[in-house]
Amino acid sequence: MSRWRERVIAPFRHPRRADAPRAALEIRDRKPNGSLLGSAIPALRFAAAGMTMWLATLAGAQADASGKRFNIGREAMAEEIAGWDIDVRPDGRGLPVGKGTVKEGESLYIERCAACHGEFGESAGRWPILAGGEGTLASHDPVKSIGSYWPYASTVLDYIRRAMPFGNAQSLTNDELYAVTAYVLYLNDAIKDEAFELSDKNFLSVKLPNEANFFDDDRETSEKHFWTKEPCMANCAAGEARIVGRARALDVTPEEGKAPKVE
Amino acid sequence: MAGGQGQGHPSRRMFLRAGLSTGTAIIGAGGAWAAGDPANQPPNVPDWSRYLGDGVAVRAYGKPSKHEAHVVRRDVEWLTASRESSVSFTPLHELDGIITPNGLCFERHHAGIAEIDPADYRLILHGLVDKPLIFTLDDLKRFPRVNRAYFCECAANSGMEWRGAQLNGCQYTHGMVHCVMYTGVPLKLLLQEAGLKANAKWLLLEGADAAAMTRSLPLQKALDDALVAYRMNGEMLRPENGYPARIVLPGWEANMWVKWLRRIEVGDEPWHHREETSKYTDLLANGKARRFTFVMDAKSVITSPSPQAPLNHKKGFTVLSGLAWSGRGKIQRVDVSLDGGRNWRTARLDGPVWDKALTRFYYEFDWDGRELLLQSRAMDETGYVQPTKAELRKVRGVNSIYHNNGIQTWHVKANGEVENVEVA
Repeated sequence: MSRWRERVIAPFRHPRRADAPRAALEIRDRKPNGSLLGSAIPALRFAAAGMTMWLATLAGAQADASGKRFNIGREAMAEEIAGWDIDVRPDGRGLPVGKGTVKEGESLYIERCAACHGEFGESAGRWPILAGGEGTLASHDPVKSIGSYWPYASTVLDYIRRAMPFGNAQSLTNDELYAVTAYVLYLNDAIKDEAFELSDKNFLSVKLPNEANFFDDDRETSEKHFWTKEPCMANCAAGEARIVGRARALDVTPEEGKAPKVE
Repeated sequence: MAGGQGQGHPSRRMFLRAGLSTGTAIIGAGGAWAAGDPANQPPNVPDWSRYLGDGVAVRAYGKPSKHEAHVVRRDVEWLTASRESSVSFTPLHELDGIITPNGLCFERHHAGIAEIDPADYRLILHGLVDKPLIFTLDDLKRFPRVNRAYFCECAANSGMEWRGAQLNGCQYTHGMVHCVMYTGVPLKLLLQEAGLKANAKWLLLEGADAAAMTRSLPLQKALDDALVAYRMNGEMLRPENGYPARIVLPGWEANMWVKWLRRIEVGDEPWHHREETSKYTDLLANGKARRFTFVMDAKSVITSPSPQAPLNHKKGFTVLSGLAWSGRGKIQRVDVSLDGGRNWRTARLDGPVWDKALTRFYYEFDWDGRELLLQSRAMDETGYVQPTKAELRKVRGVNSIYHNNGIQTWHVKANGEVENVEVA
């Protein structure tokens, strides 16, 4: 992006203007979470009464995100945005133009991914597992793979595009991206046919089975009983407390002088 | 300075004489009294009282005393496959007050530290805006700025403890939290500068690291108290904490505080990216998973005594110290139990009690030398009371990984040693 020269536009500013918004923000931001915001604004206008008119206008504008602008920064060019805008959503927004088959993906995967993730997505060592684990989520040993856990196939393509291969991110062409994604989805039975060609045109046809098992944060209702306000202070349980588990029994805490060398 | 070296000898001889008469008493005191080199202790005069030390600017960027070299971030090697995608922990047991020194703030990287030249730093703001914008670092510094201290806690802090006591030290059980004073631009000012379209509802925050870390953020939070911060504790952000700019989301899980911030896209729906689906979702016992669990529940931990900070004295006056915090507001009260949760006394909060910041508590007592089962229990201003681990497991199961804010128990033995335990 260095070829894009920054064009510094410095419009004339009143010398006091730089300080004015800061003072205004301090007054407003001291109020907790907006509940007192309404009362803060009149106070702020009162404080500004002895100052110039523009200060009051600016301060009022700051309480409203669609208000006054500072004219800092410059318009981002379409080419600049295109170079960095790599995100993909479940509804297909952001999918790059490209295509690749499971078969093409297999050789790429073996070459660039299998060392960490295993030939069949089973994982090598402690690297993330990609496939397997269906039916384990409610067990004592849940295996959270793409097929067993991830809700959306778009997440796979998006993540490979931004972060993989680990240590050489954003190096795949769009066609390679579709091919590798197709292979990984094939390992998870989300694509059944080896000859299938995944592309931006048919991407939304691929679904993952666990989507319906996610729900939005509901702690404030499902865990309402934790808002007990006045907890027990004395004789809160019968008998003396007894130890039922010890960290030393596991002996997994790193010890002094035994940490691995940092290169 | 002539003869300076030779002057050490008489003083050592002096100690030997003194030691003959008082040695028994000194050794008898035990502990710290027996440590160190008697030649540096009264009545002798140590070298540092005699010879010149380093001059100014020899230590151009000051570091802690060489005697504090053990106070460092540490990692747990078996936790992760590589250090580039891993975590190191804040040594909470070695710290006091509420502000974490910059060099000790826990680290969590997904592809190592991005080393960004500030001259090349760019932040793109685009999507559902009137005018897409690109900012330099100098641009960000020209906006009105604010100073706020907030805790920053990884959602996986204490995650290794869901199934029982595992790691022996509050650095490991609770060290994925820190609290610094940020300086930055309210995110709403940047959004205001670009102008939001009417259908704007979510933002995508993206880092410039080799994982291009992303999280979806509800617009409401962005307009409330989110910051684009570039300083911590007065100086520029450390590279490991997102230099030169990161997002600060008071009270919300640290994974969302995208470091090395390079892009903000405004949209109408969440993106459901890897860090908010495959990770940072809370799997419950029934196999269903809670997502977008942004807020960090109220939590506390006794930092001293703790396994890495044992009691170094026999019975007598003891200062118990710890930290409490809540993603929903200010800490209202902290209670402490010495008997594994049977009886509680209210601790003393000291230092500032700030909204969504670490809060320091103390409980001073005369230790009778018997075994203790120490616990602390935080309450925040919304009336939320930190649950026991049993209460938490009852509603969450043990597969969650994230958001473990259960009450921690330390077992203090008669000899002062401390162990991470669970009680019933």
